[in-house]
Amino acid sequence: MSTAVAQSVVPVDITVNGVEHHAEVEPRQLLVHFLRETLGLTGTHVGCDTSSCGACTIHLDGNAVKSCTVFTAQADGSTIMTIEGIGTEEHLHPVQEGFWEEHGLQCGYCTPGMIMAAAAFLETNPDPTEAEIRHALEGNLCRCTGYQNIVKAIQYAAKKG
Amino acid sequence: MVASIDAPEKMIGKAIKRREDPRLISGAGQFIDDLRLPGMLHLGLVRSPYAHAKIKSIDLSPALAMPGVVAAYTGDDFMDLNPLPAAWQAGGVKNNAVTPRVLAVNEVHLAGDPVAVVVAEDQYLARDAAQAVVVDYEPLPVVVDGKKAAEAGAPQLHEEAPNNIVLEWSCGKDVDAIDHALADAEVTSSLHIINQRLIPTPIEPRGSIARYDPGTGDYTLWITSQAPHVMRLLIAAFVMGIPEQKIRTISPDIGGGFGSKIFCYYDMPLTMAISKKLGGRPIKFFEDRMENYVSTTHGRDHITDVEVGATRDGKITALKVQTWANIGAYFSTIAAGIPTTLYGRMISGCYKIPNIRVDVTATYTNTAMVDAYRGAGRPEAAYVIERVCDAVAAATGVDPAEVRRKNFIQPEDFPYDTGVGMLPYDSGNYEGALDKALAQVGYQELRAEQKRRIDAGEQKLLGIGLSSYVEVCGVAPSKWIGLPGEGWGAGLWESANIRVQLTGKTVITTGSLPHGQGHETTFAQLASDKLGIPYDDIQIKHSDSLGTPFGFGSYGSRSLTVGGTAIYKSTDKIIDKVKKLGAHMLEASEQDVEFEDGKVFVKGSPDAAKTIQEIALAAHVAYDLPEGMEPFLDETTYYDPPNCTFPFGTHVCVVEVDKESGEIDLVKYLAVDDVGNVINPLIVGGQLHGGIAQGLAQALYEGACYDDDGQLLTGSLTDYAIPKARQVPWYELDSTVTPSPVNPMGAKGAGEAGTIASTPAVANAVVDAVRHLGVDNIQMPMTPERIWVAMNESN
Repeated sequence: MSTAVAQSVVPVDITVNGVEHHAEVEPRQLLVHFLRETLGLTGTHVGCDTSSCGACTIHLDGNAVKSCTVFTAQADGSTIMTIEGIGTEEHLHPVQEGFWEEHGLQCGYCTPGMIMAAAAFLETNPDPTEAEIRHALEGNLCRCTGYQNIVKAIQYAAKKG
Repeated sequence: MVASIDAPEKMIGKAIKRREDPRLISGAGQFIDDLRLPGMLHLGLVRSPYAHAKIKSIDLSPALAMPGVVAAYTGDDFMDLNPLPAAWQAGGVKNNAVTPRVLAVNEVHLAGDPVAVVVAEDQYLARDAAQAVVVDYEPLPVVVDGKKAAEAGAPQLHEEAPNNIVLEWSCGKDVDAIDHALADAEVTSSLHIINQRLIPTPIEPRGSIARYDPGTGDYTLWITSQAPHVMRLLIAAFVMGIPEQKIRTISPDIGGGFGSKIFCYYDMPLTMAISKKLGGRPIKFFEDRMENYVSTTHGRDHITDVEVGATRDGKITALKVQTWANIGAYFSTIAAGIPTTLYGRMISGCYKIPNIRVDVTATYTNTAMVDAYRGAGRPEAAYVIERVCDAVAAATGVDPAEVRRKNFIQPEDFPYDTGVGMLPYDSGNYEGALDKALAQVGYQELRAEQKRRIDAGEQKLLGIGLSSYVEVCGVAPSKWIGLPGEGWGAGLWESANIRVQLTGKTVITTGSLPHGQGHETTFAQLASDKLGIPYDDIQIKHSDSLGTPFGFGSYGSRSLTVGGTAIYKSTDKIIDKVKKLGAHMLEASEQDVEFEDGKVFVKGSPDAAKTIQEIALAAHVAYDLPEGMEPFLDETTYYDPPNCTFPFGTHVCVVEVDKESGEIDLVKYLAVDDVGNVINPLIVGGQLHGGIAQGLAQALYEGACYDDDGQLLTGSLTDYAIPKARQVPWYELDSTVTPSPVNPMGAKGAGEAGTIASTPAVANAVVDAVRHLGVDNIQMPMTPERIWVAMNESN
């Protein structure tokens, strides 16, 4: 059964961080594994198997999405941005800058997902209240920071515009 | 030339941004799951669905028949590997230590016990193949409760541990003395406390990658470990029986640990042994979250009965504590030290208590192993004594703040021996921290508001919770904690090497290592000020047994107090040599020169100075060294502290409890912590925030649940409630500063303080809100349902 599954493949065309990719993937392959294993973009992390932690959050056609909950095949034709594409060392995204300035990370494992979730959130709500920020992080878990400095990081980015 | 080099900026005490962050915010961190080795194979573990069963047969052939499967093994294939080590057995008592093998043989003792392993070309195939293995089990009776496990008739886990008892340990006065003291007390009270089982839950699960080199017989092992040097030692000496130098251990970036990544786990030697069997192909194991929850260590899980005696005015005269500590299915690496040394010997808290007795019975059950989790014994102790203070307040009618004040150890009492076998507390001003907290929070006004709401019959009740804590960090010296004393099977020193290279650029290698705490930043700040070398010119290297001196790892808030002191002492040695060589270059005698801000000069003539960079160049080229001096600036220190350090403080939590629904609102959280002198306040603040969040989550949200068959009901992140952003309050931090006399920085440690302090602060606040309704105890997590039941039962 699983052998048959393993042998069938689906062609996909996906643009990731501005680069077009064509690949043939297992129908069951999760998008996060396409990004990590096929493309080698290991900044997107896996922290659970129940879509709870949000460490794998990316932008799929502009929306923050948990890439462990999407099949690669479902992303055919879409445009993706990962943590590797959101800013550069010289020009950090304001949310990246906020995380650095406000000590919004400790171990850094949840951080890429947090940054991607926060960046998408600020696109829809550029001037959020503290409560709105905390609500927006509903799908992203951090075990190190107690969240306060993550909230401050997002407030920093919002102020920066 | 000399005058143009200004003294570098002072770095100690500055809240500078972390140098670790650029890579971590850009996706360039290198966690174990990010490593790609050519030819790497993946493991799929076959795990027992039963919590206790005999293994009747294992059929690997369906897995082996699958394309892409390279090999499959059972426990019988690894009988040349010894069971994992029991590195900390409690001192002075018999330990019935039964540790796991890499794969269970004959019998499983918890649901999730690995019984077989398949090796496949990719992770999907490894999982498919693991599911194809057929195992026949004969289920056996199960026990999951740490107290029931020791009762007559309970299912027996291990022949070596009659009645499932791992150890029986006690400290303090003898039973007669404590019973007399209780009988003589003017007021007595008792509490039944369940310090529930927690799951540490670093967001990165655990993993190992091993590569055997058939040419040299050497292994490289990448591990998510807080103690890579210790793992190398334990696996070499105790599990595999090979020389340590045959193994190189590397901890890459680690996605949090909280204690759960200290220990020696099955996958470490298993990946190594399989890599050897398969001719050196790299072997990878990386847990998924469910595997992490069932088979990586848990924390806490105490059942405790407390009796306390006091005077009518609230002075505690006697404390008797009986605890059952559930350590799970097997003895994890340092499991025995947690409920003994780190719990019983800290039970006195900040208080002078003339009569204390603690009895601990540790037991095996059909559950995941329990070992150190952030705070490790100290949160359990702080929870007991801080709940007791509120119980004494309730029994005597004395305000909870005053009960604490009356019983505090006073500043002039240090060093203070609590009489239960802990080393003397180093320094403290407990009342100072309490007073600051009470003033900051407006304690009297809050009490008045609490009373007003009760009198007015309002629906939202106010609760004010205090927690005056003291904890023990940087546990040492080795002669006390080690085998002759508390039973830790090694030392607890740390090491550091400093090399100031030809250009003045400096490399510090340390046996300490971070898993989120920012050592690369803090250690460089420390060394920069000491050496007068710019911060940006100092690099901290760590986490690789090849190229760093031996260290015992990062846990117990010991990195700065022990590892940092090793760096400090190495800077002293560098400065000694720099002064000698500088004097030689200045044609002065060593007695006539001074070292300041990275420069050596003749006393009174700072303008004609030699910089440490110039001296490093001279030491390296070695054209003109004083007679007998070795070239190069290279110094190493192995540092074993004379005592532990004891951070303290007072946390105040204010909650609103809805009288109708039991719902809780965290209204205010104030922490006044004294962690001694601070090198980077930004990092220390972050440690306190995260610690507070974990501790309050124990009070309100988290708890691992097993059913009677030993199935973990909270086996995923949808079931186990680590807090979300909207479930934690805004933390207000304040501090007092009482330097530790134990180390030259005066630092005390900050990694666990928040967790230790916050659980009782929040729990006391909730009970305080409903105490007037006749409620004197609620077990954690204090969910709205439990609060509602408590309020209604008491009515």
